[in-house]
Amino acid sequence: MNLVELAFYGFSGLAILAALSVVFARNPVHAVLFLILTFISTAGLFVLLGAEFIAMLLIIVYVGAVAVLFLFVVMMLDVDFAEFKAGMARYIPLGLLIGLVLLMVLGAQFVAWETSPDASALRQTETPDATEVQNSVALGRVIYTRYVFGFQTAGLILLVAMIGAIVLTHRRRRGVKRQDILTQIYRDPDASLELRDVEPGRGLK
Amino acid sequence: MIGIEHYLIVAATIFVIGVFGIFLNRKNVIIILMSIELMLVAVNINLVAFSVFLSDLVGQVFALFVLTVAAAEAAIGLAILVCFFRNRSSIAVDDVNLMKG
Repeated sequence: MNLVELAFYGFSGLAILAALSVVFARNPVHAVLFLILTFISTAGLFVLLGAEFIAMLLIIVYVGAVAVLFLFVVMMLDVDFAEFKAGMARYIPLGLLIGLVLLMVLGAQFVAWETSPDASALRQTETPDATEVQNSVALGRVIYTRYVFGFQTAGLILLVAMIGAIVLTHRRRRGVKRQDILTQIYRDPDASLELRDVEPGRGLK
Repeated sequence: MIGIEHYLIVAATIFVIGVFGIFLNRKNVIIILMSIELMLVAVNINLVAFSVFLSDLVGQVFALFVLTVAAAEAAIGLAILVCFFRNRSSIAVDDVNLMKG
């Protein structure tokens, strides 16, 4: 068994064990940490495949943003997670059955499976030689030319998600004095000033 | 020699674990969201494995888009969760009946 096979079995075993721990963890904080372990092992698998850019993106986006967001929400919400686990045993048979059926359906592809001889002719963008062009450079050449609209749409989706998350979680607190710019601007002198003629020696009442 | 089948088996296993997680924790929205993330990662493994073994770069581009959508989905899902928790002080799926749907 050479080093690549050892790394593959190590990373894939770690990913599957960590994924199982996510599902079975009693403490949701532990579940998030196992989710991070799954993402890191998957990134290792991607590095083994030679897709370094996706691997680093997985670590930066998933581990650095998504998993930390999960951790943040899990720690912020004051929920008693023990009560969720109460009725868990009831669903294990159904879940196992569906999982087994799905695994068999997915496993059926390994019985008789081969790549079509026309497959290499149908390639949209052939991967350049990895010794000459780095993975991220090659990806950039494809994303910014052929898939530029997809790239822009992805950016738009992220923008909408950001606005949506802010709108959903923003709340106006009551009883807090805040500056309302428009009422300040539209306030005219009549509303705030009163001119009086003051007779000498009398003064204002 | 590690072939494409090995990667596909890993991806299929992680995907099934994700589906299983949804059934197992069907009351806890946070774990359900994590299971969805697991399934999306499994899909990404498939895309990248096929992309590398057929030496077509497009698979990795689509893995990138899946990653984007997964990040947006997690952000919106958790925002809805925080909003729901504020109204109901609970995150149990059984309590999601405000709209009587």
